[in-house]
Amino acid sequence: MPRNKNIKKVLVIGSGPIIIGQAAEFDYAGTQACRELKKEGIEVVLVNSNPATIMTDKNMADKIYIEPLTVETVKKIIEIEKPDSILPNLGGQTGLNLAMELAESGFLKEKNVKLLGTGVDGIRNAEDRQCFKDMMESINEPCIASKVVHTVEGAVEFAKEIGLPVIIRPAYTLGGTGGGIATTMEELEEIAGSGIRMSRVNEILVEKCIAGWKEIEYEVMRDSKGNCITICNMENIDPVGVHTGDSIVVAPSQTLSDKEYQMLRTSAIKIISALKIEGGCNVQFALNPNSFEYAVIEVNPRVSRSSALASKATGYPIAKVATKIAIGYTLDEIRNEVTGKTYACFEPVLDYVVVKIPKWPFKKFLTANRVLGTQMKATGEVMAIAPNLEAGLMKAVRSLEENVDYLSLDKLKKLEKNELEEKLAYVDNERIFVIAEAIRKEISVEKIHEITKIDRFFIGIVYKLVKMERELELNKMNSKMLEKAKKLGFTDKVIAKLSGKTEKEIKELRMKYDIVANFKMVDTCSAEFEAKTPYYYSSYDDENEVKESNKKKVVVLGSGPIRIGQGIEFDYCSVHGVWALKKQGYETIIVNNNPETVSTDFDIADRLYFEPLTPEDVENIINVEKPYGAIVQFGGQTAIKLTKALSDMGVHIMGTQEVDMDRAEDRKEFDEALNNCGILRPQGGTIYTVDEAIKVANNLGYPVLVRPSYVLGGQGMAIAYDDKEITEYVNEINMIAQEHPILVDKYIMGREVEVDAICDGDDVLIPGIMEHLERAGVHSGDSISVYPTQNVEKEHEKTIIEYTTKIAKELNVIGILNIQFIISEGKVYIIEVNPRSSRTVPYISKVTNLPMIDIATKVILGKKLKDLGYGTGLYKKSEYICVKMPVFSFEKIKNADTSLGPEMKSTGEVLGVAKKFEDAVLKAFIATGTNVSTTGSILITVRDKDKEEMLPIAEKFKKKGFSIYATSGTATFLKKHGVESTVIEKLWEGKNSIIDLIETGKINFVINTPTKGKEANRDGFKIRRMAVECKIPCFTSLDTVNALYKAIEDETGEEDLTPVDITKI
Amino acid sequence: MVGYLVLENGEIFEGERIGYNIDTACEVVFNTGMAGYIETFTDPSYAGQGIVMTYPLIGNYGIIPEDYESDGIFAKAVFIHELAEFESNFRSKLNLDKFLRDYKIPGLTEVNTRKLTKMLRDAGTMRGYLTSNISNIDEIMENIKNYDIGKIVDKVTSKEIKIYGKRKPIRIALMDYGMKHNIVNSLLKRGAEVTIFPANTSAEKVISVKPDGIMLSNGPGNPVECTFQINVLKKLYESDIPILGICLGHQLMALANGAKTAKLKYGHRGPNHPVKDLKEDRVHITSQNHGYYVVEESINPKIAEVSHINLNDGTVEGLRYKNKDIFTVQFHPEACPGPEDTAYIFDEFIDLIKEKKDAKK
Repeated sequence: MPRNKNIKKVLVIGSGPIIIGQAAEFDYAGTQACRELKKEGIEVVLVNSNPATIMTDKNMADKIYIEPLTVETVKKIIEIEKPDSILPNLGGQTGLNLAMELAESGFLKEKNVKLLGTGVDGIRNAEDRQCFKDMMESINEPCIASKVVHTVEGAVEFAKEIGLPVIIRPAYTLGGTGGGIATTMEELEEIAGSGIRMSRVNEILVEKCIAGWKEIEYEVMRDSKGNCITICNMENIDPVGVHTGDSIVVAPSQTLSDKEYQMLRTSAIKIISALKIEGGCNVQFALNPNSFEYAVIEVNPRVSRSSALASKATGYPIAKVATKIAIGYTLDEIRNEVTGKTYACFEPVLDYVVVKIPKWPFKKFLTANRVLGTQMKATGEVMAIAPNLEAGLMKAVRSLEENVDYLSLDKLKKLEKNELEEKLAYVDNERIFVIAEAIRKEISVEKIHEITKIDRFFIGIVYKLVKMERELELNKMNSKMLEKAKKLGFTDKVIAKLSGKTEKEIKELRMKYDIVANFKMVDTCSAEFEAKTPYYYSSYDDENEVKESNKKKVVVLGSGPIRIGQGIEFDYCSVHGVWALKKQGYETIIVNNNPETVSTDFDIADRLYFEPLTPEDVENIINVEKPYGAIVQFGGQTAIKLTKALSDMGVHIMGTQEVDMDRAEDRKEFDEALNNCGILRPQGGTIYTVDEAIKVANNLGYPVLVRPSYVLGGQGMAIAYDDKEITEYVNEINMIAQEHPILVDKYIMGREVEVDAICDGDDVLIPGIMEHLERAGVHSGDSISVYPTQNVEKEHEKTIIEYTTKIAKELNVIGILNIQFIISEGKVYIIEVNPRSSRTVPYISKVTNLPMIDIATKVILGKKLKDLGYGTGLYKKSEYICVKMPVFSFEKIKNADTSLGPEMKSTGEVLGVAKKFEDAVLKAFIATGTNVSTTGSILITVRDKDKEEMLPIAEKFKKKGFSIYATSGTATFLKKHGVESTVIEKLWEGKNSIIDLIETGKINFVINTPTKGKEANRDGFKIRRMAVECKIPCFTSLDTVNALYKAIEDETGEEDLTPVDITKI
Repeated sequence: MVGYLVLENGEIFEGERIGYNIDTACEVVFNTGMAGYIETFTDPSYAGQGIVMTYPLIGNYGIIPEDYESDGIFAKAVFIHELAEFESNFRSKLNLDKFLRDYKIPGLTEVNTRKLTKMLRDAGTMRGYLTSNISNIDEIMENIKNYDIGKIVDKVTSKEIKIYGKRKPIRIALMDYGMKHNIVNSLLKRGAEVTIFPANTSAEKVISVKPDGIMLSNGPGNPVECTFQINVLKKLYESDIPILGICLGHQLMALANGAKTAKLKYGHRGPNHPVKDLKEDRVHITSQNHGYYVVEESINPKIAEVSHINLNDGTVEGLRYKNKDIFTVQFHPEACPGPEDTAYIFDEFIDLIKEKKDAKK
């Protein structure tokens, strides 16, 4: 069937902010969808609350709403735009749920809006636990013994019937939020309780636990004619029990014979046929490792994280094809773009293997529980392509950027055999390293399998790697051994370390023996047809498939896995960098390893290298491509870190030079630069040891800000108020050996202001000045940021422009830079200059209409700002107020401290756009999912030094009609100042205890400012966790509370807000 | 031990020898399956050929005797990128190396199979020679030049008549040109008694057992070499018995009816070939293994019509004979290895037979 010509205007729903369980993969899917719809001449209306996405860019859709993803708002947009159809299956669970609510309420029918792709019944049959079970029964597909319940009692009763352990899965939540395995009745009651709360429909599934079975996934596609194909299957190295998002996954499956492979494939096709899926779908199976017994775990009737992985793993553009299917095409009408000859109706075959490893945020959350289970905890992932699993695993490990180059962690080295055996039973993010260590300590493959239930085949892979390490340690280096090590994925650095040579010696040996990396193509068909898409991975087989090109080539380095502090914004910058270069006639090369991103789509750059971002891996590419230059300033810290290595290889660094980047980072040189410009900065010093730190801190006077150099997202950054705290923090930082000194600065409490700018060497263009609502001390990524500024005086604005211009020129910045200022007691200080793109670039580009990356790229290529038509200095202010608000994923990570500080903790962000500041704030709060009530109760418990400041806040809320609960100290203080509150005990049991209040939903907001220290056993910590787990907004900065108050002050509700099409501002 | 694959174009691929230590000539073809090496290696259609596996890890799940598609390996050699060191599967009984040695089949591992595949794709299927010694290249080239698969069906067919599923209501005669076990199993599963006839059986003999249906199996080699079998099929065509042909069986029936076959540049061998059922307007993913195809233009439209085509290259994948209960497919509905999506072909065949039997009653 050709395209349905009745479809003329489509609403695409995005997935909202990046949170754990829903990352960049939906920007990738949504972007593919928008591009495809536009190509078909369809008018695209887009709604997504996430301003950092590529899909919300002005060239992606005709109408763009960066608005809260709520039924209320989307209804309004439908009423304004009157689309004829809605595309629901590319916006993750968020998009799907929204579309379902709109459909089920009858709104879509009323407005004559068609749901594209899979129908409502199909979605319901896949999503609703009971419907799904019934459907599986009707087609004779086995499910795991399970029951849907709505109460804790019901869960207990069923568990008694089928026996423990059981798994709890809440309905309609993403990433399995609120789920878990219960091995005791007490655990069951706890998990069932929280699961029911988290579920949109207060529903959970209690099911028989089949931990230890193999977990296998199939990515499947079906069109309206009923043609079905499987794109790829994947095998989780971790058996059932670990969320697939937290598992190390390989593609294709490795331990399945054709009989098992086809049995599950046939089942997957039967299921999507029964569900009448039209588009992409993911089916997860559990397979008994000792028989043909299997069970269907779950079906996602939409494009998912796994489909992004499958797309990148095979080269098959799932989202694009799913979009075409949604608008009427059938698989046999869609071309396979990779070969250009064959059709999309075929099944990719791989002649390489793919390994995915999740990227976890545990370094950010030292108190967090690292155990992996049914609740996903990873923020992102890396993927590696290699001819063998060993090399795939090694590539993936070094792509993680955890300072680990092979399967070895220092802290495990000292463990004895019995300790390792104990640790093997413990499923956490380090288990693959524990397995390697166990093999080193001669624990048998069989024993490891027995404990971990990980298939012997995979343990064998680790065994081979450890055997190779041993060979390198014991034998004299020769060409054969070196070649073998390279084929197994060992970098020169690791080989050097193990063989007692230097990296340079190994490299020279390789050159002597002609052992060099060659690149092979990802072509969907194992070379059966000639491929047109230049999508490459490295191997040490002979024959290089990279096509020669005489064009001027520029390498753009990507930003690796999504993590806290380095998110999707940098992919936005990389992709725009590529597009800008292409427009200027350059051939573009992108290097990245994140399968969730737009940048790793094969039709973004002219050449895509799916490789780790390490000096050696990048050098291999440089050797083959011999580019004209490289741009590092768009790919975040990941790319910046490679600047020196690139310079050493003789690659021309385009834009700001390495020495100047160093001047911005090196303490002494930076001070000098600021001095040269006459710019103030907080006093400070550099230290290595605790003693030095105490000395410097006492000279400066507490509080002081402590942080390591060269980190992103403020990792390890903290404010110390006394000697004890600074000791604790410096020790923490020094747990990892520091190449660079630790910085200790005077902490200045003031208003924090941020600027992104472009400098061409002579002039500077500033799109806008952003103001943080939280005072300095809360990481900029965790602060609410407002553009244009609301509280910055004209003279300070002038100073900011002047300073920006001076320091950009002083540091010889060519391209983009980001500066953080503090305004305190009438003075403007610079606290940080980053000569690279920042996380605010996408949003400020969108709201000011200045395509920052495009302009920066032109400047990097030698153009002058004066000639580009945007002027210089501060660009004209928008008449709209834009409020960027952080979004956290605290509920996903047990025991993570939720209090805000100098270390960044948010995973994503939303934007509120309105003519009035208050409305913009309200929109942003709604978009973060905060339940903004204008009446009710608040719980206040603040530390002594905040009590004074808290008083007017309490008064305001009281006046507004809120009842106030407070802990005794806070209550006494309030009473003394005439504010009545109900005193609650910090007791954890009984009526009117905090736990009772929070759990019974009597509290609407919690205000808690953290006391000193980072320990997890304090009451404040527990209160914050309790609030997060009960989905009650908990504010740890009084500035945020003031912002909230502004949002609710005049009783404006969501119904009063007007969606703004940002293409019109 | 180092080994080499010398191709007829003079290219030499180096690897490590596995399996039985013997030199051999073969026709080199590639298979793109990611799983299913056991079924592939035991598929008699590969007789006389050396199989290149494009998937780089082979032997991962060991060797499972119950998955053999015949009683041995008829291929001459296997060429792989890497032999798994740790095989793992609950049914595995031995490893790939031992399996090859047991059947006296040589192989090479650590071959750059992608490069080799691309060469076969671009130059077309070539003959080659597997050896440990390339000092006398002229002799090797001579061996290659003289290599011809020839009349190979006779070497792979069963020696005697065998009956499976005795006294089942539907009786099917299966012409064994080098059949895969799962053709028998697919028929047995659908309630048939299956009588297997060696490829040299006369038409009269087959008809004499009064089968309800005749199944023509897959098999190796160039179909035009099968002159005896083509003549048999001419007679069977005239009988009123429903016939289903698979792969070589499909080609032979076409040849028996005056159509022509030709050699594909590099064949279709893999589990991912899209085939369009023209009547149903549906595409199915099929398992394929053939080097020859029936030339569409040579088919007399009065005798047969094309029922299926390959979506990739448009070649004929199925024929339906007019005014006859005969239909044949180029792909492998019996799967093993590969997708089971076209098992409905067997259902259609059995339904056809049942209908016909009912009508007679």
